Amino acid sequence: MSAMLEKLINQPYKHGFVTSIAEDVIAKGLSEDVIRMISKKKNEPDWMLEFRLNAYRHWLTMREPRWANVRYSTIDYQDIIYYAAPKPKKKLASMDEVDPELRRTFEKLGVPLHEQKALAGVAVDVVFDSVSVTTTYKKKLAELGIIFCSFSEAVQEHPELVKKYLGSVVPPTDNFFASLNSAVFTDGSFCFIPKGTKCPMDLSTYFRINTQDSGQFERTLIIAEEGASVSYLEGCTAPKFDTNQLHAAVVELIALDNAEIKYSTVQNWYTGDENGVGGIYNFVTKRGLCKGVNSKISWTQVETGSAITWKYPSCVLLGDNSIGEFYSVALTNHKQQADTGTKMTHIGRNTRSRIISKGISAGRSINSYRGQVKIGPRAQNARNYSQCDSMLLGSACSANTFPYIDVQNNSGKVEHEASTSKIGEDQLFYFAQRGIGAEAAVTTIINGFCKDVFNQLPMEFAVEATKLLGLKLEGSVG
Amino acid sequence: MSKNTVLLEVRNLSAQVAGKEILKGIDLTVETGEVHAIMGPNGSGKSTFAKVLAGHADYTVTGGEVLYQGKNLLDMPPEARSRAGVFLAFQYPVEIPGVSNSAFLRLAYNTMQAARGGEELDPLEFDDFVREKIKLVGMDPSFLDRSVNAGFSGGEKKRNEIVQMAVLDPKLAVLDETDSGLDIDALKIVASGVNHLMRPENAIIVVTHYQRLLNYIVPDYVHVMESGQIVKTGGKDLASELEKRGYDWVRAEFDATRAAA
Repeated sequence: MSAMLEKLINQPYKHGFVTSIAEDVIAKGLSEDVIRMISKKKNEPDWMLEFRLNAYRHWLTMREPRWANVRYSTIDYQDIIYYAAPKPKKKLASMDEVDPELRRTFEKLGVPLHEQKALAGVAVDVVFDSVSVTTTYKKKLAELGIIFCSFSEAVQEHPELVKKYLGSVVPPTDNFFASLNSAVFTDGSFCFIPKGTKCPMDLSTYFRINTQDSGQFERTLIIAEEGASVSYLEGCTAPKFDTNQLHAAVVELIALDNAEIKYSTVQNWYTGDENGVGGIYNFVTKRGLCKGVNSKISWTQVETGSAITWKYPSCVLLGDNSIGEFYSVALTNHKQQADTGTKMTHIGRNTRSRIISKGISAGRSINSYRGQVKIGPRAQNARNYSQCDSMLLGSACSANTFPYIDVQNNSGKVEHEASTSKIGEDQLFYFAQRGIGAEAAVTTIINGFCKDVFNQLPMEFAVEATKLLGLKLEGSVG
Repeated sequence: MSKNTVLLEVRNLSAQVAGKEILKGIDLTVETGEVHAIMGPNGSGKSTFAKVLAGHADYTVTGGEVLYQGKNLLDMPPEARSRAGVFLAFQYPVEIPGVSNSAFLRLAYNTMQAARGGEELDPLEFDDFVREKIKLVGMDPSFLDRSVNAGFSGGEKKRNEIVQMAVLDPKLAVLDETDSGLDIDALKIVASGVNHLMRPENAIIVVTHYQRLLNYIVPDYVHVMESGQIVKTGGKDLASELEKRGYDWVRAEFDATRAAA
């Protein structure tokens, strides 16, 4: 069994290639001057620069947190490139204007930039390193009053909305990495769904880190006004470099009365090699605010990549009757480390939350679920259901569950279930006796294990996630 | 019956598990169109024999050979044996939480079809196909949506094995204590399902402790296994005799014969 699993573990990274296009890169290092330069390059208004500088000054007073169950060598923040943008930077009206080299990159990644391709019906805002390259379907969405554009563009075109909501869920002082992001973020996605509007298509962003040693600091802001709804997809892939790249994004979601936001991620950053060299550090702050009554925010994540994944997509349930959901699959292999989970903060009455977490560990990886459910004193009749399942492949990996439960009134109801399983020799023999080889058997068992989460993903993503898990485990059984 | 060909030939097969010799020289020839019953007391090696034929990794073959359709079966990994038409109905079917019965059956069927060069079925086509198969054992269609064997009763698991047999249409089916855990009604249903699947070009080996299954699946040969050897072979009447007299006399007779020789 362990020999099988080891084979499965040695799957090379498919997206490891570098696109050689001219980039506009600034020198390594971080200072107020660098921040001013970023802000100037992006032609930002003064308030935006102030936001950055305040965040930076606060960040200087903070210490990098060490509480997560992950281990990595000290990050030298002066050894990171904080701005890298592909040239030319002129605005593009259609796909045809996109740099052919870049288009080939996306084709290799399987990002369907062409409208007629597989993801037809999905508007894609592509972030290549730090600048949004093109936004499809923008016109169609604009007719409905939906704004879906790069963050930089939103700062220029819709400053009042950005100013109103930026930092309202994740303040610039929130945590070490959020403060860093607030100071140096270069681009990201902005999405605004006006009152009463149901976004007619899934919105999608594909992130890709290209420049070596460039930290990627995206900023995503999604606002659903009263009665609005949107489903947002985020896909992440990075090429292969030996040095570790820091990815410290901030995602803020705001749902007003009766609004609904569904945020799905399939994360496939480079994991490093089987000895743990290289790979992405994915230290991300994602938080949704159910601000209005009856609002709903749902996070679904499939985390298969990164050397280290450290993130807790969370919901603050402020509005009465609001609902928060978190569905997660985290797969770790080789020497990958993941400390991921969620926080559900119940403030309003009759608020409900649901947590379904599936952790799969293989190789010598460490996979931890960490989750907090907090029911405040005014959250009458709040309810939470949590289910955390772990599956182990082989005997050199580890799985941990750290649930924190804090209930401050006696009408709250919190349920927590957890299980740990191992793929057994007897199961593999049963499959084999029905003609099914070990790899297909493991993939089938794992897909079955993750079914409750995959069911939450939009169709195209579910298919991708299923394939991705198969790919990640290919060769570790045989 | 005149065109029978040899499907399985076991010669002097011995095998051990965890260093302990369980099979001590088995000889058995199975031709197409035949039903063989292997009977014997608990611990005689019947189930070990079934698992060795299927290629279970816990069992090490220490001697002898097994030819299946003239080829060395012992050289083939378990999945290749299955694809070549060797089916084992498990004594203790394994639970696979999260994987639906229909998805599992379709994966198995399509893998088999690919190996045979046959046509694979999409989920809708397969649904029609499998719904016919489950009728054989009177299984409710709701079982198709449930996880493989998870939460099934003992009898339901055994029926599910026969459904898999019906879907895969094996050349050589080995039924390992398929009767255990079945009440008489379920036993009849399972037996009729198996009889339905029996054709002149197939063969079945029924491993059982009790004679009662053999009232419904009538064997051409009955073999008695004792301490890892086949100590007596007879026709179907031998089963009834064993039911009446137990196993001890067979062993005594075998020892006497050997002593005389």
